[in-house]
Amino acid sequence: METLEPILAQHPFFQDIEPVYLQLMVGCATNVRFTAGDDIFREGDVADQFYLIRHGRVALQIFVPGQGRITIETIEAGEVLGWSWLFPPYRWHFDAQALELTRAIAFDGACLRAKCDEDHDLGYMLMQRFAQVMTQRLQATRLQLLDLYGVRT
Amino acid sequence: MTILADPMRPEWYRVQRSRKDTADTFTLDLEPEPGVATPPFAAGQFNMLYVFGVGEVPISISGDPTQPQTLVHTTRAVGVVTQAIRALKRGATIGVRGPFGSHWPVEACMGKDVVLVAGGIGLAPLRPVIYQLLAQREQYGNIVLLYGTRTPADILYPRQLAQWRARFDLDVDITVDRASDTWRGNVGVVTKLILKAAFDPMDTVAMICGPEVMMRFTIMELLKRGLRAEDIFVSMERNMKCAIGFCGHCQFGPSFICKEGPVLRYDQIKHWFGIREV
Repeated sequence: METLEPILAQHPFFQDIEPVYLQLMVGCATNVRFTAGDDIFREGDVADQFYLIRHGRVALQIFVPGQGRITIETIEAGEVLGWSWLFPPYRWHFDAQALELTRAIAFDGACLRAKCDEDHDLGYMLMQRFAQVMTQRLQATRLQLLDLYGVRT
Repeated sequence: MTILADPMRPEWYRVQRSRKDTADTFTLDLEPEPGVATPPFAAGQFNMLYVFGVGEVPISISGDPTQPQTLVHTTRAVGVVTQAIRALKRGATIGVRGPFGSHWPVEACMGKDVVLVAGGIGLAPLRPVIYQLLAQREQYGNIVLLYGTRTPADILYPRQLAQWRARFDLDVDITVDRASDTWRGNVGVVTKLILKAAFDPMDTVAMICGPEVMMRFTIMELLKRGLRAEDIFVSMERNMKCAIGFCGHCQFGPSFICKEGPVLRYDQIKHWFGIREV
């Protein structure tokens, strides 16, 4: 039977990963598809998955009363969506909505956490990769906070 | 380079057209008074625009270098002079000195890929480069325009960007810092677009114009992609007053931005780029 292993190996998030880790994780992975406008998750819901985006674009949004949903970032093919599954209380902090047809690999967070608890090398490898994504997003957010293109006062 | 008879004396131009681009940005088309010859300009140069009784400001030329008879300037109305310029009606007279300063290395890019990274109103000084590249499209490799701005409503030249995007020989990618859920495009910093841009880092020239912090982070990403420092050009902004390297207001290390700049090669200024006091 064909597995998702070759697809996972091609995703930039798993670049240069040791095959043994892919074999461990593939059992927690499923292929998913969203059409434009689909909510992938919503703020406050249980964060039990994360997604490797293979195709399409997803908006990370926050609902502001009186203004509606404000998009704070978009995530595209080759990127990873969601890290709230890693830390208690495992709840999403933002909404995620597919802006166009989006294909992704979804990972079951509880399944993966259990495997990381059993194999700390796997856990360390995953943490390293997520930490890098978090750092990049934090740096980008800091630049956005500067409101660089606004009028200097 | 154009040699001006008396660089301190303004020539008289009339406002041909003034149009609002965004909430605080406008574009002015100027035509010379009869008998005034419009000097040619190169992409990246600027003019000093003088409103009688109000003052003078440096503004980049954002028009087509192959059609210098109409001077086009896009600017943001933020100070007394730029607000006075915005208030000028069709037919009003304005003083123009210039063109001044260095220019983007468009000719030197022939045979290479070109990456243009613009932030906010920084798209205006890069627009002449796009006109020039497209006028001789076959002379260049991949041309990539990456543009970041505040919100979708702040996108400069939206119609022109749409036309450029529709071309098969120009990659245009746009991102905004924040947007409502009706925006289907990218949200995030402009540096994020560099990773996916199609260019050969070994044979590419990059030109960057925008706020200095944005340019710093853009340079970091371009260097990470493998570009050499000598292939990166930036347009610097300082307080330019005389525009001929006389008054010293725009000094940046050993250079005067009005004379040696505003377009500078990154490897030649990187030492000064990192010094906060400069």
